[in-house]
Amino acid sequence: MEKARPLWANPLQFVFACISYAVGLGNVWRFPYLCQMYGGGSFLVPYIIMLIVEGMPLLYLELAVGQRMRQGSIGAWRTISPYLSGVGVASVVVSFFLSMYYNVINAWAFWYLFHSFQDPLPWSVCPLNGNHTGYDEECEKASSTQYFWYRKTLNISPSLQENGGVQWEPALCLLLAWLVVYLCILRGTESTGKMEQLANPKAWINAATQIFFSLGLGFGSLIAFASYNEPSSNCQKHAIIVSLINSFTSIFASIVTFSIYGFKATFNYENCLKKVSLLLTNTFDLEDGFLTASNLEQVKGYLASAYPSKYSEVFPHIKNCSLESELDTAVQGTGLAFIVYTEAIKNMEVSQLWSVLYFFMLLMLGIGSMLGNTAAILTPLTDSKIISSHLPKEAISGLVCLVNCAIGMVFTMEAGNYWFDIFNDYAATLSLLLIVLVETIAVCYVYGLRRFESDLKAMTGRAVSWYWKVMWAGVSPLLIVSLFVFYLSDYILTGTLKYQAWDASQGQLVTKDYPGYALAVIGLLVASSTMCIPLVALGTFVLHHLKRGDAASVA
Amino acid sequence: MLWLLFFLVTAIHAELCQPGAANAFKVRLSIRTALGDKAYAWDTSEEYLFKAMVAFSMRKVPNREATEISHVLLCNVTQRVSFWFVVTDPSKNHTLPAVEVQTAIRMNKNRINGAFFLNDQTLEFLKIPSTLAPPMDPSVPIWIIIFGVIFCIVIVAITLLILSGIRQRRRKNKEPSEVDDAEDKCENMNTIENGIPCDPLDMKGGHINDAFMTEDERLTPL
Repeated sequence: MEKARPLWANPLQFVFACISYAVGLGNVWRFPYLCQMYGGGSFLVPYIIMLIVEGMPLLYLELAVGQRMRQGSIGAWRTISPYLSGVGVASVVVSFFLSMYYNVINAWAFWYLFHSFQDPLPWSVCPLNGNHTGYDEECEKASSTQYFWYRKTLNISPSLQENGGVQWEPALCLLLAWLVVYLCILRGTESTGKMEQLANPKAWINAATQIFFSLGLGFGSLIAFASYNEPSSNCQKHAIIVSLINSFTSIFASIVTFSIYGFKATFNYENCLKKVSLLLTNTFDLEDGFLTASNLEQVKGYLASAYPSKYSEVFPHIKNCSLESELDTAVQGTGLAFIVYTEAIKNMEVSQLWSVLYFFMLLMLGIGSMLGNTAAILTPLTDSKIISSHLPKEAISGLVCLVNCAIGMVFTMEAGNYWFDIFNDYAATLSLLLIVLVETIAVCYVYGLRRFESDLKAMTGRAVSWYWKVMWAGVSPLLIVSLFVFYLSDYILTGTLKYQAWDASQGQLVTKDYPGYALAVIGLLVASSTMCIPLVALGTFVLHHLKRGDAASVA
Repeated sequence: MLWLLFFLVTAIHAELCQPGAANAFKVRLSIRTALGDKAYAWDTSEEYLFKAMVAFSMRKVPNREATEISHVLLCNVTQRVSFWFVVTDPSKNHTLPAVEVQTAIRMNKNRINGAFFLNDQTLEFLKIPSTLAPPMDPSVPIWIIIFGVIFCIVIVAITLLILSGIRQRRRKNKEPSEVDDAEDKCENMNTIENGIPCDPLDMKGGHINDAFMTEDERLTPL
């Protein structure tokens, strides 16, 4: 008799694991950005519609498959059809890419957390220049938070081509991040993570994408988690709960993020006014304290008419301070987490406390996501008899962590952040869409929707409502195909891909083209996961043919 | 005759102290920004104090110990409060070189700031950059200390978990041969059926038939 599969202690633990996986950094930095870009509250409409039409059905599907097949992604899809185990392999490959670069975010969070125990916070002041007469030039041109991020944390090089060496400080933090992940997966997989994606200006496309990636579909993590469920557990209820909590967290996070935006915008606006007042006061030797925010415009008009020549000299330096333009700068991704938030935190009272709390939260989210990712990789590996008979579970986990950590050192080099952006943008987008599309079609048409429905009924004791069946068989695949088409056409239309590089001399980001070998790496990333599906199908077909040939010759 | 001398002296002074003159420095004070409600008005007494502080700074320079308050000339005082000053030599004909004045002011900037309750941002000597205070630099960066602590905790935890895992596996391997020890291990079970200790039957990895696991929702109400 086969050794019984380890189970979750209770259904609540499974739900928490899924939530922890789905609620990740994307909820904090991607969703608020999308809300701001696409009209604030009105973005909720396409978002909720996509949640109901696309997110919940696909989440339910993945959980049901895992719970029914009781195996990791590779085994589950092999059970559905031997030709489709490539889907599972593709999921594992994508999860592998994700875990390679995602833990770097945790390394950065650790770095900032450790630096939060200082007074003043290191990103709130600029360091002095060589002869102590002023501040460092790069820091003056940019801001102290940007300087701390680009120079002290990343030590970023001006372009992708200049690699630089491995920086020992982020490398140490990455090592620690992997040790923490290893510690958590050593004794059982419970956690989650999520990553998100970026695309085109269409609000609906973005809502669909956000739901899709926010729930973590296609990585195999959900299948892995569900495979440890008892067959009778109510995965329909779990799917709804997890997706609702994920969306609620996104909305809650955007409320917090918007208040941070507002604080930062107000603070910068008032600073801008102060700078303009000081400039005018000094140029025209006005009485100190005479210029205030209310009379600024009048005085400017008066000075322009009274001293036209002097005013025209100083005019280029007078910035037009506008609260609207401050509010309009929406930032997403690592920029939001590590630059905008730290800038807001440094201006608060007791900033060390807020900083520690904030980066601790980031770490919790990030490590949660990492555990889900490693579960997606480890479950198929420990399921496979070949590997698990030779090595104990601890050794397999250790090996996976070690390999990922070693490859992750690439992201700690001086050009590491540029490679990070490549992985973040391209490692999982197209591949995941394809994987989930094949998953849906496989379950509905290859395995058979009726057969799957009767399996679920026998397993859980509940019938599957017509809504889910319609979604699985028709609406969701159509949606995914249209998303896929949109992405492809967008990539084709945009031409060469560009990236943002940090220019130290100007103190701001500049756009550059990717060199040839970077484009090759992007192509490799997308191809290596998508090609798994047809290649494994082909391989299985060939093997079957050979076996049938042998059997025929023997008989 | 006296009037003529007076005019001559003021004329010479006027020439020596002019905005943009050689060896002249512009000073800018932002008293209201620094002190808010407690700001004092800038009058001739404050100017006298300023002259005194500059003379004091010059006295600290070797060879200039004889500098008097009357050697410091102020001009062009504006509402801002800003003005220009020069330091003349004892003959009152030439101004002292800018470099000397610069060094003197830089060395004593803190005392001058203190005398007026201002700081480097609110009492500015244009063209005399002040030496900024370097941030506190502990010998061992703080972050390494915290990193070291967390690193050690994690390594210890991993080692403990791995060791306990190895010990558990060794115990599992030894069980079939150690029938007698089973009685010590089982707290509740004290029966040994056919030489097989009851302990494994309790473990999760044993033969649990899921179909018979009770779950509330599966039970049909009577």
